[in-house]
Amino acid sequence: EEKIQESEKQNYRGIMVFIEHELGKIHSVSFELLGKAKKIADELKVPVYAMVIGDSINEIIKEVKNYEVDVIYAVSAPWLYDYQTKPFILEAESIIKHSKPEIVLIGATTLGRDFAGALATRLETGLTADCTELSIDKEKGLLLQTRPAFGGNIMATIICPYKRPQMATVRPKVMPMPHKVFGKDCRIIQLQPVSGPKDLDLEIVDFLPDTVGKVNIAEADIIVSGGRGMKGPENFHMLFELAELLGGAVGASRAAVDSGWIPYAHQVGQTGRTVRPKLYIACGISGAIQHLAGMQTSEVIVAINKDPEAPIFKVANYGIVGDLFKVVPEIIKQIKEKKGK
Amino acid sequence: MRVVVCIKQVPSTDAKVKMDPVKGTLIREGVESIINPFDEYAIEEGIRIKEKFGAEVIVISMGPPQAKEALKTALAMGADKAILLSDKAFAGSDTLATSYTLSLAIKKIKDVDIVICGKQATDGDTAQVGPGLAQRLNFSQITYVSKIRHINIEDKELVVERLLDNGTQVVRTKMPALLTVVKDINQPRIPNVFSIKKAAKAEIPVWGPQDLDGEKNKFGFDGSPTQVIKIFTPPPREGGKIFDKDVKESVKELIEILSTKGIIKI
Ligand SMILES: Cc1cc2nc3c(=O)[nH]c(=O)nc-3n(C[C@H](O)[C@H](O)[C@H](O)COP(=O)(O)OP(=O)(O)OC[C@H]3O[C@@H](n4cnc5c(N)ncnc54)[C@H](O)[C@@H]3O)c2cc1C
Ligand SMILES: Cc1cc2nc3c(=O)[nH]c(=O)nc-3n(C[C@H](O)[C@H](O)[C@H](O)COP(=O)(O)OP(=O)(O)OC[C@H]3O[C@@H](n4cnc5c(N)ncnc54)[C@H](O)[C@@H]3O)c2cc1C
Repeated sequence: EEKIQESEKQNYRGIMVFIEHELGKIHSVSFELLGKAKKIADELKVPVYAMVIGDSINEIIKEVKNYEVDVIYAVSAPWLYDYQTKPFILEAESIIKHSKPEIVLIGATTLGRDFAGALATRLETGLTADCTELSIDKEKGLLLQTRPAFGGNIMATIICPYKRPQMATVRPKVMPMPHKVFGKDCRIIQLQPVSGPKDLDLEIVDFLPDTVGKVNIAEADIIVSGGRGMKGPENFHMLFELAELLGGAVGASRAAVDSGWIPYAHQVGQTGRTVRPKLYIACGISGAIQHLAGMQTSEVIVAINKDPEAPIFKVANYGIVGDLFKVVPEIIKQIKEKKGK
Repeated sequence: MRVVVCIKQVPSTDAKVKMDPVKGTLIREGVESIINPFDEYAIEEGIRIKEKFGAEVIVISMGPPQAKEALKTALAMGADKAILLSDKAFAGSDTLATSYTLSLAIKKIKDVDIVICGKQATDGDTAQVGPGLAQRLNFSQITYVSKIRHINIEDKELVVERLLDNGTQVVRTKMPALLTVVKDINQPRIPNVFSIKKAAKAEIPVWGPQDLDGEKNKFGFDGSPTQVIKIFTPPPREGGKIFDKDVKESVKELIEILSTKGIIKI
């Protein structure tokens, strides 16, 4: 049996959070994880660690210090400026071997999922995907990781009893945002990079920004989504206008995407993106099971559909039965009036 | 050039997932199975590479004997060969054990230039097998691929587009490479009756642990560090309030509720 011994397990202590950042900005999920890590750490009476990998990361480190972290492990080198799987995995492995945390938390973002699956395999340990709940089994000291599977139709609680570290990716916006705490002691340990420019196995040739929607649906707090009921691409401007008024993004059903009315990047559902905004407004979307798989864990769902029998009403907190071509412009009008005051 | 496509058979989404109330496990018998939707795009892309650049396309799946059905569909679509990885020893695999087993099969197939996986499977929903596999094979890892722009066989080079949060990233890499693909990449073909009939007769080799050069305790349940200890259905969402007054009144009430609850700020 290659299951690790209790004594070996004791060598692993503390909760590590991977800090995701891009262009000098930390992803909000990293703060959420620092908040959760602190709660778990207090329960287990162990320290909180953070790992920061990148180039020119002083400002990032300064910011992370304000979230009750005991030790920040940092690696910086010019070739770590943009995220790439290989060098980041090598650095993360080195940090983890050095710090031996019992738990590692990573945001279940586009980048995080690319990174976590490779890292856990390299460390030959368990990784639970896309958790929405984390708690501690006090008796055994194990992390209880709860996650949706089968498109949110079932929930599973998963443990990793024998291997260390226990690793989980966690969905953004599920854990509350913690408050800043200034002036707490925080040690910074700079490690020498173990990767080199030779490990950059991707050459980034170009980046074509999404021109249709400036706000990305995976991150938006409010999503206004359109389906086949929108009737054509020319009508989506209503949804963009409403989304802009509310500070949100525009999503779509597969029917709308496959008709070529809006790019695939906006598709919500089983073969699109999984979203969990605070508010999801479905306009002219029937609520097929494959669509629900991508949005049924939204906090509040509003449905606008002319068919009172549409399945979307079964999951909607609020519904308006009616013609979206009357309802949506009326919503826009009333919000504008209110804002005008 | 040799391309391997990894496919998984999953329960059809339209089928209600049932649970064994005593064991707390999923009941998979009697539930209609389909090819994981993302893997259909993976198969199609493999075949397009073959048609455009010339390649042998081998499709592999780890699963119960019935997964042969999925492999036959892939053959009917135009794959050259299919291999099923099936044995009691593989049962209970988490993603670590799955990527281990698949990687051994790919090493045995030899001289593989490109491995294509789906972005994620619709049952386990982890999106972890692709990155795990790239790591084990030491291939370049390119997730969320939405287009293959170019393959240069001589220089063993590949240029692809990746769908990221705020746009599309274009990257160049050396082969061997592992790609995970999203729906945008293509429109999978529907096999014709002739090729379906031909595929139905195809022999599909079944590989077990004895065929792979691996360590016994890294397969299946023993090789899986994660354990599912509880499965439950989330409380169903209940339909809420329907506003059925005239449009103006209904909208007014809706906006009132959303803004008093702080869901929208206006
Ligand atoms: C393997 C697989 C994967 C899939 N993945 C996805 C996925 O990722 N995402 C996804 O969305 N779908 C997915 N689908 C497709 C899904 O099954 C549905 O076909 C799709 O979601 C339907 O889109 P819709 O609701 O826009 O269109 P429809 O089902 O046609 O519904 C249109 C709705 O608009 C309403 N309507 C029409 N006119 C008006 C009006 N003037 N005012 C108000 N309401 C109006 C109608 O009453 C109707 O309810 C998948 C299917 C399969 C088989
Ligand atoms: C409710 C539930 C929750 C689970 N949670 C976890 C978890 O958090 N962590 C964990 O490690 N395991 C988990 N598992 C186990 C996991 O589902 C299996 O290991 C499965 O074999 C692969 O994972 P996936 O379905 O998530 O595939 P993904 O990683 O989402 O699949 C991505 C791609 O990998 C390829 N692929 C995946 N499986 C196979 C296969 N068997 N044969 C060929 N190609 C394949 C396909 O190309 C597929 O598109 C869970 C299982 C269940 C039932």
